[in-house]
Amino acid sequence: MASALINVPPRARRGEIIEVKTLISHPMETGYRRSQLGALIPRDIIRLFVCTYNGTEVFRAELHPAIAANPFIAFSTVATESGTLAFQWTGDNGFSVAESVAITVE
Amino acid sequence: MVTSAFAGEIPRSERRSGYAFMSRETRAMQDDDSANPGMLWVLEGEGLWNRKTGAASRSCADCHGDARASMKGVAARHPSFGAAHGRPVSLEQRINVCRINAQKAPALAWESRDLLALTAYVARQSRGLPIEIAIDQRMEPFLDAGRAAFHRRQGQLNLACSQCHDDNWGRRLAGNVIPQAHPTGYPLYRLEWQSLGSLQRRLRNCLVGMRAEPYDYGAPELVDLELFLMWRARGMTFEAPGVRP
Repeated sequence: MASALINVPPRARRGEIIEVKTLISHPMETGYRRSQLGALIPRDIIRLFVCTYNGTEVFRAELHPAIAANPFIAFSTVATESGTLAFQWTGDNGFSVAESVAITVE
Repeated sequence: MVTSAFAGEIPRSERRSGYAFMSRETRAMQDDDSANPGMLWVLEGEGLWNRKTGAASRSCADCHGDARASMKGVAARHPSFGAAHGRPVSLEQRINVCRINAQKAPALAWESRDLLALTAYVARQSRGLPIEIAIDQRMEPFLDAGRAAFHRRQGQLNLACSQCHDDNWGRRLAGNVIPQAHPTGYPLYRLEWQSLGSLQRRLRNCLVGMRAEPYDYGAPELVDLELFLMWRARGMTFEAPGVRP
């Protein structure tokens, strides 16, 4: 069910600042809400998002309750060399999604 | 054809999509496919479109081929007349007719993730096209019923849809701007819902707000109202999956 949309420019000039945009499907249940019967709905959120560029970590974000469902994370990085941008989302209940995107730097 | 104008009806030149009433940030979210959360459902719907299912072990694509061609404009023409039903059917109902008759699979529940995903994927193929609702003799009584519902006062607040959306659009209801109620972007992602939702979900929301008892999903009254609203928005640009606050 988990699906992610990633937008990275397919090619860039060396040294150029590129914008990376990610969107992932996730309910981000806060853990503070109650069901109609009064029972606490257990927390179910993404805890950590990490982006690595050819193995080097370039961006990391810790996520908390009260971040909206389907988190959209955008950041910029410098296009240094051709290769792969790898994305990893991890969270409650063993949630783990990995995606990667190729980039050509010339 | 029905051409009579009601007192408060919005002139064609002044019609505006709900998009026009949104903040710049929310508009940017809808415009950028990598920021529009509705695209997550579109992506999922594309997967479902090609997946074989049901006793017939048939996928949508087995009959309809590439949705980008075969489904172009389809959502902008719904609700349309369903010969087997003898009345207009919404896009969601049309998908379920296919599931039951062609795929021999159980109908998908309203607002279920799969039905929303399939609807979103089909609706996405009509983006940018004008809404075209064909009204013939068979459809006319249902359009009239929808129009009557739109102008009928109901609920404990004794309000009609038209009192907000024809007579007071552009003004504020508490903190929110009242839009003209043109269903140009459904199914759409409502930030308040944190999810994609159908037009019927939205209509039921409004009915609850009027302290009226909402009709059940798929009720003929809701489909008639959908038909009237789409007809009222005819010629406007379809923008699914939309984003609304």
